[in-house]
Amino acid sequence: MQDDASLLSWVPRLRRYSRALVNNRDDADDLVQDTLERAWAKSNLWGGVADMRAWLFSIMHNLHVDGVRRPRLHTVTMDDDTPEVPVAPTQTDRLAVLDLQAALDLLPVEQKEVLLLVTLEDMAYADVAQALGIPIGTVMSRLSRGRERLRGLMEGRAEPVRLKVVK
Amino acid sequence: MNTDRPPPSIPPVTEADLHAFVDGRLPAERQVEIAAYLAARPEDAQRLEAYRAHKRELHALFDPVLDEQPPQRLLKSARPRAVPQTPWYLQRLAAGIAIAVISGATGWGLRGGLPAGGDDAGRMAAAAPAERGLTLASAGGFAQRAAVAHAVYSPDPRRPVEVDAAHEDQLVAWLSKRMGAPMKPPYLQAQGYTLEGGRLLPGGQGPVAQFMYRNELGSKLTLYVSNDVADVGSAAGPDKALQASVKNTDTAFRFAREGVVNVFYWVDGPFGYALSSDADRSVLAQVSAEVYRQLGTPR
Repeated sequence: MQDDASLLSWVPRLRRYSRALVNNRDDADDLVQDTLERAWAKSNLWGGVADMRAWLFSIMHNLHVDGVRRPRLHTVTMDDDTPEVPVAPTQTDRLAVLDLQAALDLLPVEQKEVLLLVTLEDMAYADVAQALGIPIGTVMSRLSRGRERLRGLMEGRAEPVRLKVVK
Repeated sequence: MNTDRPPPSIPPVTEADLHAFVDGRLPAERQVEIAAYLAARPEDAQRLEAYRAHKRELHALFDPVLDEQPPQRLLKSARPRAVPQTPWYLQRLAAGIAIAVISGATGWGLRGGLPAGGDDAGRMAAAAPAERGLTLASAGGFAQRAAVAHAVYSPDPRRPVEVDAAHEDQLVAWLSKRMGAPMKPPYLQAQGYTLEGGRLLPGGQGPVAQFMYRNELGSKLTLYVSNDVADVGSAAGPDKALQASVKNTDTAFRFAREGVVNVFYWVDGPFGYALSSDADRSVLAQVSAEVYRQLGTPR
């Protein structure tokens, strides 16, 4: 049985995950707030929720995916036709080693979610599968691809980093 | 390669095993087997060490969030009785302005509140709502934008307008150019309102002109003009015959109330108009009739 205090107790973990997922403090807290309110709106279901953590993270996942799909500022990946954006000359090496945060932001959201739930949240693979609504085999393949991609990005072996411009 | 390894007693090592090894998800026995497997494969061992390093770094990067004091709004949302009736982002967006569009079904007795006679009265009398193709949703959005624009700019003591009435020529030229049609503010002195100036705003589809007026008591009135009728709702309603029977009329006057702001809005030709004020509905109805009369007159 969940009560007032127990949902409060989830706030720090939801925030940590959200911050890593969204990488913008306000947007991350917006996502947490939406998640909490959705959870309260469905509080009649709590009796049947076996794993509150997986349930809350699944709410957040759905909201995030909706949010990602919602049209926002239109961003396009630069291509050969796009004028070069001046880049600060500090970056001497084209294959610069990225820091973890920057590399994380370059992961596809599907891989990022799995990676964060497994590493940051230390969630069992089966719980990740439940939270994201995907088969466990998909969890494993996304985890594998995500980890390898992250390694490549951080070691500078990855495909060149593509700048994004806001149109 | 490595045909002699792993020994037949050890089940084949999969990629999933390697990740489970990193994540400490294997039984102790299997964990030992994988460790032995890796001892002979330095590349894999190195790869897994990188994964472990990611894990440590992710925790180092994001665990501090756990110790942050969450913002009040989150603590509030985590408590049951604090659940708002409407989503918080809408509350924030409307800045506390409650949406209360008068239902088209109930209507209201405007015709009693206005002087009879002339086209305006006919227009008012024809004000049977929600039958000219104006959907409540789209029109409500237009009226709401007008009301929010009124609520945002009219109380501003320093910059209620972008171009003031002393430069009315420039204001008219500028807004006309940006709107792609002549924009001339109506004169409402007879109603007690003096032009303060105007500004350009973003509407649902494109630019919107806002003219601001003020009476001697300081009460503000804004006229919000959109030249994209789709912004207001379809001007060409399904009932063309009825429409044609009312001279020069595209929609009836509509009334909406957004918090303390009363809004009259209508479509006339290619333009959607909304008149917002905290004045009484009857006062606003008279001003609307005057605005309609002036703007409907070819100039």
